Amino acid sequence: MTAAVARTAVRPRARAGAAGRWLKFGVLLVFALIVLIPMYVLLVTSFKPLAEATAARAWQLPTVWTVEGWVFAWQELAPSLANSLRMVIPASIISSVLGSLNGYVMAKWRFPHSDVVFTLFLFGMFIPYQAVMIPLVQMMQAADLMGTITPLVIAHVVFGIPICTLIFRNYYATLPDQLIEASRVDGAGMLRTYWSIILPNSAPAFAVTLIWQFTSAWNDFLFAVFLTGPSDWPVTVALNNLTGSMVMPYNQQMAAALLASLPTLLVYVFLGRFFMRGLMAGALKG
Amino acid sequence: MRAKRDWLPGLLLVSPSIILIGVFVYGLIGWNFQLATSDKHTNIADGEFVGLDNFIAIWSEARWPGAVWNALVFTVVFVLTALLLGWLLALLLDKGVRGEAGFRTVFLFPMAVSFIATGIVWRWLMNPAPPDRAVGLNALFQDIGLGFLANEWWLTDRWGMAAMALPAIWQLSGYVMALFLAGFRGVSEDLREAARVDGCSERQVYWHVVLPQLRPVTLVAVIIIGHMSLKVFDLIVAVAGRQLAADVPAIYMWDQVYEVRDPAMGATAASYLLLAVAVVIVPYLVWTLRSERKAS
Repeated sequence: MTAAVARTAVRPRARAGAAGRWLKFGVLLVFALIVLIPMYVLLVTSFKPLAEATAARAWQLPTVWTVEGWVFAWQELAPSLANSLRMVIPASIISSVLGSLNGYVMAKWRFPHSDVVFTLFLFGMFIPYQAVMIPLVQMMQAADLMGTITPLVIAHVVFGIPICTLIFRNYYATLPDQLIEASRVDGAGMLRTYWSIILPNSAPAFAVTLIWQFTSAWNDFLFAVFLTGPSDWPVTVALNNLTGSMVMPYNQQMAAALLASLPTLLVYVFLGRFFMRGLMAGALKG
Repeated sequence: MRAKRDWLPGLLLVSPSIILIGVFVYGLIGWNFQLATSDKHTNIADGEFVGLDNFIAIWSEARWPGAVWNALVFTVVFVLTALLLGWLLALLLDKGVRGEAGFRTVFLFPMAVSFIATGIVWRWLMNPAPPDRAVGLNALFQDIGLGFLANEWWLTDRWGMAAMALPAIWQLSGYVMALFLAGFRGVSEDLREAARVDGCSERQVYWHVVLPQLRPVTLVAVIIIGHMSLKVFDLIVAVAGRQLAADVPAIYMWDQVYEVRDPAMGATAASYLLLAVAVVIVPYLVWTLRSERKAS
């Protein structure tokens, strides 16, 4: 009898379920299209010739597709793209290595009050960097480092330590303690254990921190605008200065914005999984 | 307490980072506060201690109260909308939809783009010119017969920052969605099933079982989005440049340093920013520390 009841009850419900599913799908599709509008504008406008990048044809597809906007953007931004690359590579590697060492200690080799030290580190990733900026500039001037890219690298390394430590700590916490114990019993010290047991198991966490640091240093504007001069401008500052003048044609502006975003977009498309994990780590336990 | 030789190597290994964070975070915050409590109003002045004078004087500066107002409008609109949209998207995606992975990818990709690049497109989209000369959304409204919707966007008097929140909402709703999705999936299926066995409908399960358990995730989302909002800088620079209509504390501080060249006032603005963020973040960190201690 219960079976019969279930059968009659399930059918209309299943039909309502199917309609509901299509409704959900439709709503999501509308949202997805809205989210993609700015991408449409960027792409379509960037391939327009100068004559078509006008108000009258704002939303139309180009009648002639051309890369002249991209060529211009490349000529203007090439030096700053090189600066960005020069800066993000050391910044992501050094902060990841420091984060790995810190995370190892804070997950597996704790010292008294290491959780308090960890919390004090985390505060550093939430502060508005404006609160350190004026003295930071003075400090870099005093050290005679202004006019090079070094101050920007230092800033990204230091202010990347908290999130890298967090990601590694949470990752190492999932490794079984027996691994460490076994290594200790064998007489290995802290560094030997790190080198032979922990580091070989760290690849996934390194992927997350390297990608996270790459993305956030590449996209940073605040540190860059305070700490670099024209010869060292990373691409965000160069892009802003280039497009800030309202006379610049839209096809060039959009091509420049896309060109500057291409590296992080490619990382997202191909390594999005790791990018996501970094994103969720920002919510501490999220 | 364990023997010293057990934990000392660990402390030593972390010490380079402790020194760096100590100097660059806490040392510089202290130095900034010292500047804010001095009368170093030019780059060459010595700067005598003046207590909290600057913290009071800043409120009678022409631009500061407007900048604070703008940041508040921006924050309220941005946080509420991003939260609502993120929650809605997560709800729609929660129980498996055709193409779920594709939707997630689309909703999250704006996170990978810099605020500067985002700002360039949105400056185009929110072009304030009247529809006949405008590009962007005003032109689109005209094309599809909704010309009455055309407006001045962020140049709208007093409430313009609500429009400025649009690009930020576009960029971060996907992140809120990801947080909520993780939250939904953290609610155990056993618990939901138990409620269903007790005769709850799906809607009741959602309101009485799932929603109460989402409180921590909601709090985390508000804190993360809220503190980003108070710091907003790049986006405004890219959309509006340094126009007064879009002034916020971070822009004010930048101008004090490079245009007005008043380090003490710049440092005061920065201190207020830090204070605003700390009020939100410090309790959150303490709460996290406590709950981890309880767990271990």
